[in-house]
Amino acid sequence: MNGSETQNVSLEVRGLRRSFNGVVVLDDIQFRVEPGEVFVIMGPSGSGKTVLLKHLIGLEQPDSGEILVQGKPIDTPGLRDQYRMAMVFQSSALLTSLTVGENVGLYLSEHQLKPPREIAFIVADKLKTVGLAGLENRLPNELSGGMQKRVAIARALVVEPHLIMFDEPTAELDPIMAVAIGEEILKLKNQLHATSIVVTHDRDLAFGIADRVAMIMNGKILFVGTPDELKENPDPKIQNFVYAELLIRRYNQPHKETSHK
Amino acid sequence: MFWQTLQALPLAWRHRAKIADQLFEIGNASLLMVCILSLFIGGVVALQTGPVLVERGLGYVLGGMIGLSVCKELAPVMMAILIAGRIGSAMSAEIGSMRVYQEIDALKTMNINPINYLVLPRLIAIALALPTLVMFAIPVGWMGGALVSAYNSRVAVDFGSFFGDLRDVVDVGDVWNGIFKSFVFALAIGVISCHQGLITRGGPRGIGRSVTKAVVNSIVVILILDYFLTRLLLLVQK
Repeated sequence: MNGSETQNVSLEVRGLRRSFNGVVVLDDIQFRVEPGEVFVIMGPSGSGKTVLLKHLIGLEQPDSGEILVQGKPIDTPGLRDQYRMAMVFQSSALLTSLTVGENVGLYLSEHQLKPPREIAFIVADKLKTVGLAGLENRLPNELSGGMQKRVAIARALVVEPHLIMFDEPTAELDPIMAVAIGEEILKLKNQLHATSIVVTHDRDLAFGIADRVAMIMNGKILFVGTPDELKENPDPKIQNFVYAELLIRRYNQPHKETSHK
Repeated sequence: MFWQTLQALPLAWRHRAKIADQLFEIGNASLLMVCILSLFIGGVVALQTGPVLVERGLGYVLGGMIGLSVCKELAPVMMAILIAGRIGSAMSAEIGSMRVYQEIDALKTMNINPINYLVLPRLIAIALALPTLVMFAIPVGWMGGALVSAYNSRVAVDFGSFFGDLRDVVDVGDVWNGIFKSFVFALAIGVISCHQGLITRGGPRGIGRSVTKAVVNSIVVILILDYFLTRLLLLVQK
């Protein structure tokens, strides 16, 4: 558990398919995330982004297809000890019965990786990294949504992950806080060199942090490429998502003209 | 889930702090209630049976009858039902809400086994706490029976006769019988409540459903187990 040991890993998804009660939620998903890159999965609500992320971290099992971490199937015994993974949940998913400090140090204390005094030092350090120094003894429900999200990031940082996943990290946050979270994700990339996968429908965040973007709609990957390539893609479904504000303006225009008359 | 928890038993020492917390939670929440309930159960049994027995000249068997029924049946079963309502519901609600709000998913992503982290401490704590509470409930129940027997004018069996007969009829094996039953009931409540919590789905309504199922299923299983355990223990005592 030393920052210098952290190495980035690749992740590859091949032919992933999953259905719930006969409804196909993920259909032949294929992509590869290169070591150290920030890979953003974008798509509208209900497109299957979160379900896909749960498969990538191993919380859900696919009906068919495989997920490879550094070339090895994700369910390989001992893989998680070899390549540490962490996830920041949309709801933050902090344990409400534990203090902020206990939440952040949970991985170290439960796996008995460090003595309590050292855990306290690491927890204080990680909280300082996310701008929450001195809040160890507060309970999660005493914090704002943005602060909870940053505690969840600190909890993920403690793992010193090779691969870190974010589920809608800026959902329910104001734009200023969203920028702060985006900065945290980029800091992780630059300091830990961790491979990051971010699921979001926040276009500003996606275009601000992504090395590459995948667009998912109705359980299918429509596009994988750089943010610039995505913006220039002629597919109307993609254009409608990327330039949604133009659609709103178009709907609004005749209404305005009528009201002026 | 029960076998997975048994396999995790060697890790119990590592979770001693959580077990102590749960023990305190169960004991603190239930001891007074257990004593009040037990006192009145003993009293009611004396009130219902005492006059009938005394009318037939059988007042001298009252102590033994209440002694046996409280320690072998009423204390373990009623306390198990009380704990299913108070503690089983709390367990399923807490674990269920952790499940709904993705806290259990968060544990899994940190490679922390929810069975070891959540179920093991609760199961050990309830398996220790319920028999301990029953040890309190038995003498308090006897005392309730003795008080009503002594002070109710239609019964009027004094303390000396009551406890004299109780000493003659009830032996240590009978008390162990009740404590063993409560241990089995505790395991059933723990497993059912934790399992219901872990399979919770669908937000606050799902949590409510899990709590209801945990309590109802626990009570049904306690009463079914009680019959089979009684038969088994009667065979063993022969």
